[in-house]
Amino acid sequence: MTATLDEKSTDSSLSGKRPGDAIFRGTTLAASLLVIVFLAGVAIFLAVKGAPALDAGPENLRDKANVFALVGALLFGTVLAAAIAMIIVAPLSIGLGLVISHYAPRRLAKPVGFLVDLLAAVPSVVFGLWGIFVLAPRMQPVHEFLVDWFGWIPLFAGPASGTARTLLTASIVLALMALPIVTAIMREVFSQTPRAHQEAALALGATRWEMIRMTVLPYGRSGMVAALLLGLGRALGETMAVAMVLSTTGVITSWNIVSSQNSNTVAAFIAQGYKEASPIRVAVLIFAGLALFALTFLVNFLGRAIATRGTVKG
Amino acid sequence: MSDHDDLSGPDLATSSSGVPVDVLDGDIVGPRPGDTGGQGRLPRMAAALIGVGAVAVAGLLWLLGLGLLPAVLLGYVAFLVAFPVWSLAVENRRKATDRLVTVLVWTAFALAMIPLGSLIWTVVRRGAPAISVGFLTDDLSGRALIEGTGGIAMALAGTVLVTVIAAIIAIPIGVLTAVWLVEYGKGSRLATVITFLVDVMTGIPSIVAGLFAFAFFQVVLGAPLPRLAVGGGVALALLMIPTVVRAVEEMLKLVPDDLREASYALGVPKWRTIVKVVLPTAVAGIVTGVTLAIARVAGETAPLLLIVGTAYTTNWNPFDGAVSTLPTFIYGSLNRTGGQYGAAWTDAVWGAALVLIVIVMALNVVARVIGSVFAPKTK
Repeated sequence: MTATLDEKSTDSSLSGKRPGDAIFRGTTLAASLLVIVFLAGVAIFLAVKGAPALDAGPENLRDKANVFALVGALLFGTVLAAAIAMIIVAPLSIGLGLVISHYAPRRLAKPVGFLVDLLAAVPSVVFGLWGIFVLAPRMQPVHEFLVDWFGWIPLFAGPASGTARTLLTASIVLALMALPIVTAIMREVFSQTPRAHQEAALALGATRWEMIRMTVLPYGRSGMVAALLLGLGRALGETMAVAMVLSTTGVITSWNIVSSQNSNTVAAFIAQGYKEASPIRVAVLIFAGLALFALTFLVNFLGRAIATRGTVKG
Repeated sequence: MSDHDDLSGPDLATSSSGVPVDVLDGDIVGPRPGDTGGQGRLPRMAAALIGVGAVAVAGLLWLLGLGLLPAVLLGYVAFLVAFPVWSLAVENRRKATDRLVTVLVWTAFALAMIPLGSLIWTVVRRGAPAISVGFLTDDLSGRALIEGTGGIAMALAGTVLVTVIAAIIAIPIGVLTAVWLVEYGKGSRLATVITFLVDVMTGIPSIVAGLFAFAFFQVVLGAPLPRLAVGGGVALALLMIPTVVRAVEEMLKLVPDDLREASYALGVPKWRTIVKVVLPTAVAGIVTGVTLAIARVAGETAPLLLIVGTAYTTNWNPFDGAVSTLPTFIYGSLNRTGGQYGAAWTDAVWGAALVLIVIVMALNVVARVIGSVFAPKTK
């Protein structure tokens, strides 16, 4: 029905007579193409302005031999922090998604969803403040506990940091910031499970959990993976939580997440160097940003690909 | 679908103790009187009863000298164990599992809400004492800068300035792109590419957007360290465009084709149909989406750090000189909170955080109110 009204008949036949149509169409198309220009611009300008970093000497690279060693160490910290954050986010977001989609009484589901959205509205710099002044002091005993009891795991080798401004605390703040976006996708995925599947399970005498385990979770599997990957993309690029919470001394590569010697992340490294005035050091920051851009692009690409495949399958 | 296999999976078939099937009749019957041993039910108040018990355990442990946090944790564990165990004793294993999962799922909710509550409470408690008329109208020039007295007027002005610039850039581009995607490009290869790129843009780390603006103005202005509000606006616009496109796209898709067809039938050109019929119908949703996008970028810190610099006086000139915004003021002032006037700076930081959170939350609420009050009446 709409086919007769689509561009072929409406536009190509009439646009010659109606300059307004051609102009409007051209304007909107130009805006769309600007999106491509913007993205290409990001890649090009970062590459051009980051390139001088390749010639930087160790004095501008925190004593690393070359820029790849520096960025490599930072990428290690980035992935470590984001991975820990996602380990925390995964069970929480599944639980939260289920609360909103299946567990909360209908009247409560909306307010609950609103509260989660509220968590997403908190500016990152405020999360950072909270991490420093509220979370870190409360995490200090937890650090002692982890080192005392689980010190044999390399992650908790210690010695425990006295301020708890560690990668572990930063990762918890990161997790809180990634939680709303992951939860939003999870609840969307869960609520798309066909009613017939769920009612069939219930009719067979399944309890609510059995119904969820047999219908909702298998149905939403690819959606859940995509949600976690998109959350990972967010956690990789999140800056302020780590930049503010983490106390850093130089750039190191360390699995230890509870001591005062921590790996740093790319985004936090850039944010902490914002007062840098020497052109070569700024180039190093831009180069690190380019690496981060590439990494998040890859993760988001994977997430989108899985999400798309999931919808086609569903 | 492979899911159907799971439906008739072994769990349901074998756990016959849970489903009371009368083998002789083949009918499903309810629990018979006297048939205990796995067929009973917990009283309705079971959760509340055990909850009270768990609180009592926690309180007792606390009185016995245990720390508050361990006491609460142990009380929770007591609840987590006692509830399913009681269910196991009275009901059966499947119901006990079900109850255990219910507790765990609600725990996830509580775990997410505790930080939110703590965060808002902390910001209000520590920020409220700093708020005064002077705090909102003074800047930090002269002695105020050294002593940390004065206010955050320059940061408020900067936040407004940078956010408005971002909105001026992002809203037209975002809305027009969405219009093209929905009204013209639907189904074409270019539309697929642009939709994908918008997705990619959504994932750009905010700090990278800031670096882009910085590198861009390095080239354009030829300055080694550009500091200007427009740069901040460009960085935020980059983050805002995909959000706006997404929101407007969703809204335009909701406009019924009947309206478009009616307009075409009257001989109205396509572009006038879009401007006079489609966009006005979707305007409430568009305003909501745009307001949410503004709320998101108004609280951004990372993209602004490099490009707007640090300022302690109000600068309304978007094309020259450093400006201060609320988030960058908070981040930049943190390292002053330890010195001689540290207490005053700490107050200023929390006060600014409170003002920022109020602005962002207010924008969020306004967006939702617009969305629900002026929802399109297309039914």
